[in-house]
Amino acid sequence: MGIAVRLSGVSKRFGSFAANSNISLSVEEGTIHALVGENGAGKSTLTKIIYGMHQPTSGEVVIQGKPAHFTSPRDAIKAGIGMVHQHFMLVQELSVAENIILGHEQAWLFGPLPLEKAKALIRKEAEAYGLAVDPDAPVASLSIGEQQRVEILKLLFRQASIMIFDEPTAVLTPSETDMLFATLRSLRDKGKTVILITHKLDEVLAVADTVSVMRKGEIVGTVPAASVTKPELARMMVGRSVLLRVTNPLPSPGETILNINKLSFRTPKGEERLHDLTLNVRAGEIYGIAGVEGNGQSELLQALWGLAAEGSVISGDATLKGRSIIGKKPAEIALMGVSHTPENRLRHAVILDYTISENLLFGRHREHSFHQGMGFNNRTIKSYTEAMISEYDIRCTSPDRQPLSALSGGNQQKVVLARELNRPGISLLILAQPTRGVDIGAIETIHKKIIEARKSGMAILLVSSELEEIIALSTRIGCLYKGSIRHEFSQEEVALKREAEHEFEKEIGLHIT
Amino acid sequence: MNSKNLRLLIPFFSLLSALAVSSLIIALAGCDPLMIFQKMLHATLGTPYGIGQVVFRMTTLVLVGLAVAIPFQVRLFNIGAEGQLLMGAFAAAMTGAILPASLTSLIAIPLCILSAMAAGAGWALLAGVLKVRFGVNEVIATIMLNFIAQGITGYLLTYHFAIPSTVHTAQITDNAMIPTYGSVTGWFTNSPANLSTILTVGVALLFWVLLYYSRFGYEMRAAGLQPEAARYGGINAGMHSITAMSLGGAAAGLGAANIVLGYKHYYESGMTGGIGFTGIAVALLAGAHPLWIFLSAFFFGCLEYGGLTVNAWIPKDIFMIIEALTILLVISFSALGKRLL
Repeated sequence: MGIAVRLSGVSKRFGSFAANSNISLSVEEGTIHALVGENGAGKSTLTKIIYGMHQPTSGEVVIQGKPAHFTSPRDAIKAGIGMVHQHFMLVQELSVAENIILGHEQAWLFGPLPLEKAKALIRKEAEAYGLAVDPDAPVASLSIGEQQRVEILKLLFRQASIMIFDEPTAVLTPSETDMLFATLRSLRDKGKTVILITHKLDEVLAVADTVSVMRKGEIVGTVPAASVTKPELARMMVGRSVLLRVTNPLPSPGETILNINKLSFRTPKGEERLHDLTLNVRAGEIYGIAGVEGNGQSELLQALWGLAAEGSVISGDATLKGRSIIGKKPAEIALMGVSHTPENRLRHAVILDYTISENLLFGRHREHSFHQGMGFNNRTIKSYTEAMISEYDIRCTSPDRQPLSALSGGNQQKVVLARELNRPGISLLILAQPTRGVDIGAIETIHKKIIEARKSGMAILLVSSELEEIIALSTRIGCLYKGSIRHEFSQEEVALKREAEHEFEKEIGLHIT
Repeated sequence: MNSKNLRLLIPFFSLLSALAVSSLIIALAGCDPLMIFQKMLHATLGTPYGIGQVVFRMTTLVLVGLAVAIPFQVRLFNIGAEGQLLMGAFAAAMTGAILPASLTSLIAIPLCILSAMAAGAGWALLAGVLKVRFGVNEVIATIMLNFIAQGITGYLLTYHFAIPSTVHTAQITDNAMIPTYGSVTGWFTNSPANLSTILTVGVALLFWVLLYYSRFGYEMRAAGLQPEAARYGGINAGMHSITAMSLGGAAAGLGAANIVLGYKHYYESGMTGGIGFTGIAVALLAGAHPLWIFLSAFFFGCLEYGGLTVNAWIPKDIFMIIEALTILLVISFSALGKRLL
């Protein structure tokens, strides 16, 4: 077997910042080569160099034995390289076949499009690689997993022999992930080279042949996947040993804090997103909601935080210690003792241009202890900021000058959690995707803080698309499917099944798809 | 040099390029650019009267600049400073004219100023409400409101309030006139520069403190930067949009008071001369910052008055081109700067 991609001494600098330094890497033809590393480790930069979106500052790129000097992705595509981006590059209004030939029409201005050829390819490849999808369906009508298949078919239509996948499982359900992995394996068996970028270590171990670990712009090691374990990989990634699963001591829940009773939610367009949803969360427990995105999580969170779009119809009730919170405004709900970390941190939880200190205040700026006259009490805020930074290990240089956008995702999320977990007098904490886009090292800190909050007697509602996280943290687990809790695992069941995590994930998977 | 310092240089680059383009146009029109700039410099900053003229124009420009800048902090583009200025001017002139002559200045002037500010604020408020309540784009709303303001003031002037065979209203009562520096201290000889300047400095400082040092400003800027996040944080973003528009309109109204109460002493057709639109450029050049606005208003004030003084050598039309090109260059450079840095 030859070498599909060989990098020697590749560096990429942006100004004074070295995104990649002196990287040497060989990807063998016909293998699945995983590239792992934390956010900001330089994975994306490296793949963008291979795909021609960036030009290396120094070093050499050799594709299938030929030195490559790509100036744009167009060159890379010609050289047989294809990429499936994390956010799909599909035109929603066009059909599957039209999307596949897009940019590669091979037809004159008014000539007929090779649609039949594309359809034939779809039929042929569907069988070979498990990529079944209806060629005439508009892309908008496909599920996320199916859209990803269209992306892969696009690469096959262009006869790519080296395929780069950027975090392909981030958007998939457990069963879709299994199907994708089967596809990746059959692609490899047909001689294609697959480069897989991910931060999920389980996946690497499940599907890759070789793993390269990146840290701070360098490759710290390349090893056969069969010879490493998950803790070893995590240590290589972070540079120290990491607790992959925080200890979760047995809880002793108290009185019911949040009581959701037959909650239904209809969007202004008339789609029913929640249907008779019933659950309760007690003080000192974490109620985990497992589910594939789009099964009503967002609507539940909106209803509980007073942000349902105008024209939505909500029936049923949700009460906090007996007082209804449906129909109240966010500020009123917060005053009742509820804290909330939204699903989409960047859009909803922070003001990116505000400083770290200002963000630690955001949403809590109405608390009188921070006030002085018409403005803020800078001294109180400064001591509060310092306390939060040390308690939550927020890595920053100057909290009252640095904008939040200068921090890594993990540190941004720590800012949000520090703020929300320390609201005075809260009894209910709503956590949505608390570790999305957060590095392994920071996940450890965040999970510990969540467990601590639970131990202090807060009721916590946890919504996460990461089953691993749900299993690690939850006291009870509700499986959300099409707007209602389809199955609930009791405290005893969760404690027992947590020991066999993989089996438990599969069992939950059955209830949410 | 880091990108922050570089960003501060952008306005200067844009002014430099504007200077170069202007020189070229003046040369093409058959004049010596150096001579023209010299004349302009002398006429604007070389004599007390010239400085007074610049101060007078600058005062209005700072206020219409604020009218654009404050809404800009909540990401609303107020193109309507001109209309707000017209409404404010008409209100000031009307109030000044109907007040009894016996009323003391201490009451008459504040009354006229308040009515001008209220008229400007009310006119801007309309656009704010249309935006928040009905989702009407504020650019379109303010442009349309400009036309309506023109229509209303024009109609009222022509058919009801104009003194026969003139295009202006009756003069305001003496006690409603804001004194010029010339009459109080003897500065700037007979120029129209008047005590409104002091009020303007106060208003700009007030806006500055309000925006950057108060809880209200904290909420307002957050609502402007990320409206959705503001909603999550329990901030009423719509209220802030409406308030910002109204505050901007009130500033424009004060700008009208400067012209009517401090200089013309009546409402005259076409008296604003589109200065409200120059406010857009003033605000953009200053990055919508309430204090930097003084510097950019000073620049445009010099350009406006300087353009008038060289009329003998270079046609007014050429100067209109230069001024508009300068504004375009400033806007393009600031957009370019945002993309590059």
